[in-house]
Amino acid sequence: MDKTIIIDKAVIIVIVFAITMLMAMYATLAERKIAAWIQDRLGPNRAGKGGILQPLADGLKLFAKEEYEPNTPNKFLFKFGPFLAMTLALMTSAVMPWGDTLHLFGRDIILQAADINVGLLYILAVLSVGVYGIMIGAWASNNKYSLMSGMRAASQMISYEIAMGLSLIGLLLMTQTMSMREIALQQSGMNWNVFYQPVGFLIFLICSFAETNRAPFDLAECEQELIGGFHTEYSSMKMGFYLFAEYANLFISSAIISVLYFGAYNYPGMSWAAENWSANAANIIGIFVLFAKICFFIFVYMWVRWTLPRFRYDQLMNLGWKSLIPLALLNLVVTAVVILLTK
Amino acid sequence: MIDILFYILSTITLGSAALTLLSKNPIHSALWLVVSFFSLAGHYILLNSQFLGMVHIMVYSGAIMILMLFTIMLMNLNISNEVQKPFVTKLVATVAFCLMGLIILSVVMRGTEIYELQYTTHGKDFQSVQVLGQVLLNDYVLPFEMVAVLLLLAMIGAVLISKKDKTEKTA
Repeated sequence: MDKTIIIDKAVIIVIVFAITMLMAMYATLAERKIAAWIQDRLGPNRAGKGGILQPLADGLKLFAKEEYEPNTPNKFLFKFGPFLAMTLALMTSAVMPWGDTLHLFGRDIILQAADINVGLLYILAVLSVGVYGIMIGAWASNNKYSLMSGMRAASQMISYEIAMGLSLIGLLLMTQTMSMREIALQQSGMNWNVFYQPVGFLIFLICSFAETNRAPFDLAECEQELIGGFHTEYSSMKMGFYLFAEYANLFISSAIISVLYFGAYNYPGMSWAAENWSANAANIIGIFVLFAKICFFIFVYMWVRWTLPRFRYDQLMNLGWKSLIPLALLNLVVTAVVILLTK
Repeated sequence: MIDILFYILSTITLGSAALTLLSKNPIHSALWLVVSFFSLAGHYILLNSQFLGMVHIMVYSGAIMILMLFTIMLMNLNISNEVQKPFVTKLVATVAFCLMGLIILSVVMRGTEIYELQYTTHGKDFQSVQVLGQVLLNDYVLPFEMVAVLLLLAMIGAVLISKKDKTEKTA
């Protein structure tokens, strides 16, 4: 293989990793600030100007905490849980198209770590195994509350995965491809998939909330019933990893929504910018547009969390199995019929 | 390069499969099985069938094994309350396993004709989902639908068995 390609990809992977970490870090601050704003408070404002150093202070605190270990026969799995949660949260970013092709140093650089033919399936596969970190950690904690939390997370993940997959099949019928790059390219201008698949988008969004274990579906860490949920027995940086993985997941899932349904890096007037300025300038603006979209969806996640109360467990299951799956199937059939008629 | 990858993957597959059988703790067994499934997906990708690899991870590691772990974790299985099976059961299980192994072996040994199908020389990207879909729904539509009906039957059967008796509820 060409050496320059390997260097390009390595640089892209490192940058994406750094940005994911940075976004996850500041998502913790954003969460507290938005919660404060919605509840008419000020939020953290002591560390640095307007609380800008708060994530660093939190990280430092987690590092300095005592490393507590419960009396469990599975010491290795106990340590392995948070590590796995973090790894699986970061793996999805491999197939994300972060921007169109850049022409730098006399060659084309594709702003994507791997453009595989089955990108969409890859995302679904990584999401489906994402619950292992929580399950293994919860079981190895040797605590009944943790175990219950892990069970809840697993059953929720399995239930909502089906509706998520079905809503993505509707999208797949429209795009005719599973490559994330081509899906992004097809949405140039204002041809965003959300206008063609509004119901599919809605189902996908709801399922994303469930898959990332966020409110109103955060039953896995329901404090009133389960103390801290799966991270009850965790302390110090191991707990930090679980919390951090949640925010990394938040960022990645916002990125997936932006790329699949909201036109990725495309924005109205992109072709105009490419003609009048330069292709590179238009593409770099595109990267910032993508990040603006991602930030908006992170905001939506937080907005929902601080607005809606938590679902009860049976309500969660009823919504997943009796509402979302039939709706997703209906959406699929309607999409297929419309495509067949307009062909 | 690919040879080295194949040997590494095969070591992981066989090693984790062996550990699945040798682990005393049922949860450790299940976790080793997950590792084994992941390395099998790696084999599929080495054979250039990305679709099969991804679906394998999704279905086996992502759904079946999570449900299996779920059940084992809830049942709280221990070595102490494991039921010792009688000798006849063990004998029958061994014989059944050997017969099954013989069938699989003969299928693998005699399954060379598959390479002579037209699809490998078709000039198309045979690993793509498009070609796979055309093959499944044009040439093999009957077996494909049969499998679908079989799965549906299994699902309905599972629901029927797990459904609580109505008379029990009123009593």
